[in-house]
Amino acid sequence: MTSSTDTAPSSGPKYPGGSGGQRPPAVRRAPRGEPLRRRSFVARNPSILWFLLALSLFTLGVTVLAEATGTGLLSTSFIKTLGKTLCLCLVAVAMDVVWGYCGILSLGHMAFFGLGGYAIGQWLMYARTEQIVMGNLDGQPIPATPQEISDAIGTQIFGVVGASELPAIWAFAHSLPLQLAMVVLVPGLLALIFGWLAFRSRVTGVYLSILTQAMTLALSLYLFQNDSGLRGNNGLSGLQNIPGYENTPQATLSISFFWASAAALAIGYVALAWAVSGKMGSVIRGIRDNEARVRFLGYHVESYKLFVFTLSAIVAAIAGALYYPQAGIINPAEIAPIASIYLAVWVAIGGRGRLYGAVIGAAFVSLLSSWFTGGGAPDIELGFYTVQWTDWWLVLLGLSFVAVTLFAPKGIGGLFDLINHRVMPDREGDYGPDTGSWRTEEGTEEEPPR
Amino acid sequence: MSTLLEVSGVSVTFDGFRAINNLSIQIGEPELRAVIGPNGAGKTTFMDIVTGKTRPDQGRVLWGEKSVSLLRMSESEIARAGIGRKFQKPTVFEAQTVRENLAMALKNPRGPFDVLFSRGLDDADSRIHGLADEIGLRDHLSRPAGELSHGQKQWLEIGMLLAQDPRLLLVDEPAAGMTPTERQHTTDLLKRAAETRAVVVVEHDMEFVRRLNCKVTVLHEGSVLAEGSLDHVTGDQRVIDVYLGR
Repeated sequence: MTSSTDTAPSSGPKYPGGSGGQRPPAVRRAPRGEPLRRRSFVARNPSILWFLLALSLFTLGVTVLAEATGTGLLSTSFIKTLGKTLCLCLVAVAMDVVWGYCGILSLGHMAFFGLGGYAIGQWLMYARTEQIVMGNLDGQPIPATPQEISDAIGTQIFGVVGASELPAIWAFAHSLPLQLAMVVLVPGLLALIFGWLAFRSRVTGVYLSILTQAMTLALSLYLFQNDSGLRGNNGLSGLQNIPGYENTPQATLSISFFWASAAALAIGYVALAWAVSGKMGSVIRGIRDNEARVRFLGYHVESYKLFVFTLSAIVAAIAGALYYPQAGIINPAEIAPIASIYLAVWVAIGGRGRLYGAVIGAAFVSLLSSWFTGGGAPDIELGFYTVQWTDWWLVLLGLSFVAVTLFAPKGIGGLFDLINHRVMPDREGDYGPDTGSWRTEEGTEEEPPR
Repeated sequence: MSTLLEVSGVSVTFDGFRAINNLSIQIGEPELRAVIGPNGAGKTTFMDIVTGKTRPDQGRVLWGEKSVSLLRMSESEIARAGIGRKFQKPTVFEAQTVRENLAMALKNPRGPFDVLFSRGLDDADSRIHGLADEIGLRDHLSRPAGELSHGQKQWLEIGMLLAQDPRLLLVDEPAAGMTPTERQHTTDLLKRAAETRAVVVVEHDMEFVRRLNCKVTVLHEGSVLAEGSLDHVTGDQRVIDVYLGR
């Protein structure tokens, strides 16, 4: 991936003076302006290398300190927290692509994250219950029929909601490959259909945000019902037990999932960074800044939005499928509207429009959040009142969100601009979370038609 | 010169106000045409109708040899069919570089997957450099468009228009806010473009229109008041009454 290997043939000789008399006119002017060599994707985006380096160092450090592979300084539960945080970073990267790059403020992306978790949870729960049932039936004189096994699994899983039948949506739960396909297909299809309906009607800005909130709320309310087929408010539990690895200690499982999460984050980051680079990135950012203008250039804006929305939904679902085996339990509260709002807050605090900003925001805020709400932060005695952080953390988070939006719209990621001494030109308008995304309606500045 | 665009009997009403009233215009290929008229004559609405932004209440808009109706096409389809538009206020993507702006406009397949996988397999660089030379922005290719001066932004937008390689260019007040030298440059650009394509220029500045030296259409209250050479229309008593006399 070095810049010298893929020199574009059309960009002229590297040494403008040395190639004889048959040069086209454009080459004669080559010494002015830009070097004409086409640089590789990584060379044009050095932040990707820095990110991968930082992620590798972090992974290495955690591995050395983990119980299963190193000194054991970090507890298994903390390894799980870190692994989950990496998954949250991945979903934040997906959110940044859809919001920071394409200007679609989706406040429903945690629905896709949750659906990914449910899809993998179905297999985990089914396979483990099947093993328990088979163990119980082992001593019987007559071997159990497949129907009896299926009934026993149904009773075991759904006894808690007073049912014993396996619903139709569990049809693929016996097969890991099929259920892994569901991780991608179900959220992907939901995003495709929802996006097609919304973008086709040219719903933008706050209206789209409200629509996505409604989507995640409706899904969560539906799943709360006992007859939704996913155990209602009990959700799916025991997901930390991986079928086939019963004798593997949780310490080993936790570091394995941590590695898997780190790998998923690295791959997802590079893939999405590639997708938003080059001309594709140009068009997507163009849609964010002035949708109508992109349309008049001949691009079918709705297709692009649908592509970005669905792609990010799939990445979110994969992140969810890695998150919930580490969390151990998933229930409909996980996809309540507030979860998706938190996601937007992480990305805003980390810095929209740069993928590493989303990673920083998600990691920083979610770890800080678990420190404050987990009782890690000492209470503050004011004499007349005691500030308990478990209650006041949300207030602090809300205030910092407002402060970032008002005073540092580039978020934490903006600090890297200061380090680079890179002065970006001021945009004429900020696409703040309050208005969804900034764009001028084409023609509003023109004279009225009279 | 064959007819490229035929607008006939088009009317548009906004909240009871008739912005375009039974308007009929024909544009040939190649042709340079200036459209003038007082404020509210319907010049911009005419462009909105042709580019698909506004749907007329009645009338026909036919395009090309096959006389395809533009009224059933979306904005992006119309743009891909070969109609490019330059807005009154320069609307370039300010956060992106001049090179990125031009690359986005270059005539290439426009689907998401075409764009995603189209990296570096075309002659984009040489085409961009050729365009940048033409609009005088060769030395500014790596600058964000937001840093350019007003006149440079106007040119960048004209360059983006040329990059689309349209058969019909709709240009709304290209010379607004330009210095005399910049105006001269713009006139030359438009005249050169009109040698091979149809170019429609909406302009207020009569001096600019005179330099274009082309057929002029005068709009008034949403329909054509007069059409012909500049001397012909400026001699028309009705034109003097509604436009020049004021």
